[in-house]
Amino acid sequence: MTTRWRTLRDTLNGPQDLGRSPGFWAVFVAVALGLLLYPAAGSSFGLSSLASFLLYVPMALGLGLLWGYGGILSFGQSAFFGIAGYVYGIVAGNLAGTPAGTVIAFAAAIAAAALAASVFGYFLFYGQVSGWIVPLLCLVLTLILATFLGQTAGYQWRVGQVLLGGYNGMTNIPSLQVGPVEFGGTSAALYYLVVIVTLLLYLGLRLFVNSGYGHILVAVRDDPERTRMLGHNVDFIQVQVFALAAALAGLSGVLYASWGNYMNPSNMDLLAATLPVIWTAVGGRRSLLAVLLSTVALRALADSLAVSGSQYAFLAMGALLLATMLFFPAGIIVSVARAWQRPRRMLRRVAREPVQAGEKSEIA
Amino acid sequence: MTAAETRRDDEPLLRTVALTKSFGGIRAIDHLDLSVPRGELRCLIGPNGAGKSTLFSLIAGIHRADSGRIVFKGEDITRLSPFRRVLRGVCLKFQTTRVYRDLSVSQNLLVALALRGQADGQPGHAADRLAWALRTFGLDRHTDRPARELPHSHQQWLEICLALATNPDLLLLDEPTAGMTPDETALTADFVRQLNAQGTTVLVVEHDMTFVRQIARYVTVLHYGRVIAEGPLGAIETNQDVRRIYLGEQ
Repeated sequence: MTTRWRTLRDTLNGPQDLGRSPGFWAVFVAVALGLLLYPAAGSSFGLSSLASFLLYVPMALGLGLLWGYGGILSFGQSAFFGIAGYVYGIVAGNLAGTPAGTVIAFAAAIAAAALAASVFGYFLFYGQVSGWIVPLLCLVLTLILATFLGQTAGYQWRVGQVLLGGYNGMTNIPSLQVGPVEFGGTSAALYYLVVIVTLLLYLGLRLFVNSGYGHILVAVRDDPERTRMLGHNVDFIQVQVFALAAALAGLSGVLYASWGNYMNPSNMDLLAATLPVIWTAVGGRRSLLAVLLSTVALRALADSLAVSGSQYAFLAMGALLLATMLFFPAGIIVSVARAWQRPRRMLRRVAREPVQAGEKSEIA
Repeated sequence: MTAAETRRDDEPLLRTVALTKSFGGIRAIDHLDLSVPRGELRCLIGPNGAGKSTLFSLIAGIHRADSGRIVFKGEDITRLSPFRRVLRGVCLKFQTTRVYRDLSVSQNLLVALALRGQADGQPGHAADRLAWALRTFGLDRHTDRPARELPHSHQQWLEICLALATNPDLLLLDEPTAGMTPDETALTADFVRQLNAQGTTVLVVEHDMTFVRQIARYVTVLHYGRVIAEGPLGAIETNQDVRRIYLGEQ
């Protein structure tokens, strides 16, 4: 194995996420293969549902990065999800028929989300807004956007040829299209796209949090003042990670618009703003793996409960969040994983040599 | 910057000019003039509330001065943000231990090492200095251990190593031996002396006069935010004013 590969593997298996044993990676590869082979066996309804669960993973992983690793709680991810969805709809609608029009729209949407977050984040973090105000301001941003878009009914609210559509939202948004391949709601293409994005994003973010920058991010979370005094531009780092998380929420927004061909203000209401926080908290915000698993599991759970009325699904989510906060503050998946690892860690600790105060120095 | 302030050979590494800082109605630092030449090991002493820690926080940039100037390597850094001061070579070891408790020793160091301009590793001498520090304190044998599991003295030493990892030219140590046993204090004193002998300029705030006697040749005494005496340790200890307000208290 070359040194480069070894470094990559060691970084991937760094201390900032769960699942570092060969057993874990065997299961990971098996699940990845299973997901990639599923279209051969599954129905198009099954594919479409699974894609609709997985397309929220980028937004959730972004929030996990921002909150779990960066220490910044945000109720504003749905705002960036919505900004990207609407921008995608506007650009793709106006460029309909143009080659690569939806690809340009895709790029514009992600850029818009990241830019909006950079500007908003600049005022939050350079303005030294205190920790507990940040999530509230993010929520306010979301609700203002939702309220604004809710009153855009009527012909006067249009951008080029695209109507914003008020509470009914924007309809007939073109699906993402690359060459002859269209990533529509029930297509296998969209399913593959979402699965590959999920897998690559997870591995990429895992490398990211285990890099030097990832460690600085965790240091900012644990003690911003201390990290400043070690020479790091804490405000700028916070804006960067805020923008990155927004770009990922935007990625989810574009995938959602491409999947359902519509976008409406309810994607940014109070409920939509709260759900990513629930997915992230219930699994365990300090582990990307836990966030990934709990997002898919809770999306699937909400989907199955919605059959008997959507309000039950939201009640269940609320109850789950409450139970997690009371009994598993670190998150359910993270707590289970820790309980699993505890006996082995104890053994390792016993095997280690003790630290003695005033250990023999090399100074004579 | 005026021409007179550009770097000269006799320019001290650090200079404060009429530095003033008040908290509420209390003047913590009062028109303080201090000059620290390159390569010096200087102790700042003074009774509680003399302004020692405030002075450190002004130099490091945690607090902004009300008036006056701080000049480092000939550059006015009075208005510079803290992290830019670290990049220019000023690093503070906090009075209380503030290591990252959930991170291992090597992760703690990674945070300090991953600085702009250090991406490809530190310059050789800085890396050697850090490796030597880790060996001296016995931290090199516990790199995988979470910092919270370390005894108090080792956390203090890890703090010093974190500061060294930023490759400072001026190291500010705020009570580096607080809570240490006499043996640990002696080890720390030896370390600080050798660090200084290798060329690092060190400024130390310390209450423990035993430690001060072990390391300092040159001492500055603060009282009510002003310098009331400055000179070799021997001369300071016989100074009548100093004895009355400070040493006499012990």
